[in-house]
Amino acid sequence: MIPLPKPLHDIFRPPPTPGVLGVFAHLDATLEAIMKLRAGGHTDFTVYSPIPRHEIEDALGQPVSPVRMFTLIGGIAGCAVGAWLTLWMSYDWPLVVGGKPIGAIPPYVVIMFEMTVLFGALSTILGILFNAAFAARRLGTIQWDPRFTNDKFGIFVPAGPGKAAVAETLLKGAGAEEVRRG
Amino acid sequence: MAETTPRVTYDFVTRTIARTLGNPGRGYFLLLGAAVALLAVGIVTLLYLLRYGLGLAGYSHPVYWAVFITCFVFWVGIAHSGTLISAILFLFRSGWRTAVYRTAEAMTVFAVMTAGLFPLIHIGRQWYFYWLIPYPNERGLWPNFKSPLIWDEFAIGTYFTVSTVFLIMGLIPDIAAVRDLATGWRKKLYTLASVGWRGTNEEWRHYTRGYLYLAALATPLVLSVHSVVSWDFAMAIVPGWHATIFAPYFVAGAIYSGCAMVITLLVPIRKLFHLEALIGVHHFENLSKLCLLTGSIVGYAYVCEYFIAWFSGNPNERAAFWYRAFGPYWWATWTMIICNAFLPLLLWFKKIRTNITALFVISIFVNIGMWFERYVIIVVSLAGEPFAPWANAVYNPTWADWGIMAGSFGWFFMWFLLFVKNFPAVSISEVKEVLPPPRRAAVKAHV
Repeated sequence: MIPLPKPLHDIFRPPPTPGVLGVFAHLDATLEAIMKLRAGGHTDFTVYSPIPRHEIEDALGQPVSPVRMFTLIGGIAGCAVGAWLTLWMSYDWPLVVGGKPIGAIPPYVVIMFEMTVLFGALSTILGILFNAAFAARRLGTIQWDPRFTNDKFGIFVPAGPGKAAVAETLLKGAGAEEVRRG
Repeated sequence: MAETTPRVTYDFVTRTIARTLGNPGRGYFLLLGAAVALLAVGIVTLLYLLRYGLGLAGYSHPVYWAVFITCFVFWVGIAHSGTLISAILFLFRSGWRTAVYRTAEAMTVFAVMTAGLFPLIHIGRQWYFYWLIPYPNERGLWPNFKSPLIWDEFAIGTYFTVSTVFLIMGLIPDIAAVRDLATGWRKKLYTLASVGWRGTNEEWRHYTRGYLYLAALATPLVLSVHSVVSWDFAMAIVPGWHATIFAPYFVAGAIYSGCAMVITLLVPIRKLFHLEALIGVHHFENLSKLCLLTGSIVGYAYVCEYFIAWFSGNPNERAAFWYRAFGPYWWATWTMIICNAFLPLLLWFKKIRTNITALFVISIFVNIGMWFERYVIIVVSLAGEPFAPWANAVYNPTWADWGIMAGSFGWFFMWFLLFVKNFPAVSISEVKEVLPPPRRAAVKAHV
């Protein structure tokens, strides 16, 4: 049988990344592990948490999310679309209403505003989805534990067979209650 | 959180909220059945309206905007407090909102869905609704963008879209949390709905940033929506409508009625789903403080309206407001003033603010009062229009009006009840955010 190409499978199920997964019960232990990993020169590890915490963000020292550019561009585009929609349609079907100019700006500001918000919000959603999906694609298929959405924190360190032992010791030393290889 | 006891851990929060997705008991199904029955009444009434026309709803000269438009403004108003609690209080970093905002946000979406039905029912021929949308057509004509009615369509359309995506966005981490506890068909549903959420640092980094911008966009949006609704009236020259105070007056009224509706909804939800550990008395107290604030603004607006009517020296304006207070609709006007301006004064007392039964009763009266406020503004201003005193006529709602209104309540409660049963009705991740995080040195950290 000829193997069929599976584009969706390739996008959403990239090949597994070997590494070590540590499960933490405490936030401060997780932070300690992050610090140690960074000091040890690791940059590509993944931290799982049930809630967003500024401490984790600060410890990781990540740049500000590019989602804001999506919001800005979407908002400006929406405002432009609102202006174009109202002005072009007014001149395409010119009808004097209430003795006002055909292309009256003040009433059109309402439409421009609503379109700014609409396009801004939708492009923000797209920004979150794209950025999160690209990040997931970059990481590949990595280990995860269902407790991470409940009450446990986790760190996955990608490491080949040679480096896994070092990462394991490091995570245990920081206070991981469970460490496993994958 | 002041009421957090040591037993409120992350795991406790997840399990308590996930339990609301289990068997809800008989009370829930009774309520759901009542909602569906009301909806059936509305559907039958709508079929009659389609067959016999809008005259059945008492539409006649001079009152062509009546109960349907009243209900439209009422339901849009109900929607507003949801966005206030979920977006504006989010920007203010107000911790107490976390336990109640999901319910309020869901209420927003369903209230806008309900509100959106009324202009369609009101136009009589629902199958022509698409005429409102600017679409290229064979006659090459476009809608009139100088009309507040088209602004309204854009405002409500945007509001519905944005509040829906805001609700769904907030739900994703929580659906992931219940996904990891669920079994069977629910597991499949939640796996699909959680779009692969795992809680990685990358996901949170983009998510929190995006959520912040969504809140920042929703904040001016919510203020704009009821302002635009108010301009449907204020742009006309009808005395009683043509006032510059209308936008802030309507926005305050909307948030007021919405907060009252949140209280009305939360009291039974909290009981039915045993959420007492997460939704405490202080949440209700804070909601009632919001009611008190916005109710005072509404009361002030009432005083302002009457004062300006007198102070302007405009005989038509004076006549319109005299007709309101002492004309054939005096009962509607005084119901509105007593329910909206006087009754909430009870909320100055802490004893009442912390008594959930009292708050429930007051919130229902506020809802009744706010419905009558819209009725008074819309119907009474048209019925007694002083420009044409010979054409004044008293309008009375008919059974068709009440049938459609009952149907709208059924529609709203049906969606709401289905939502709270099938999705986390309290935000799991945000309730955890206001708890102290688990630390190894928990005891030392607090000293």
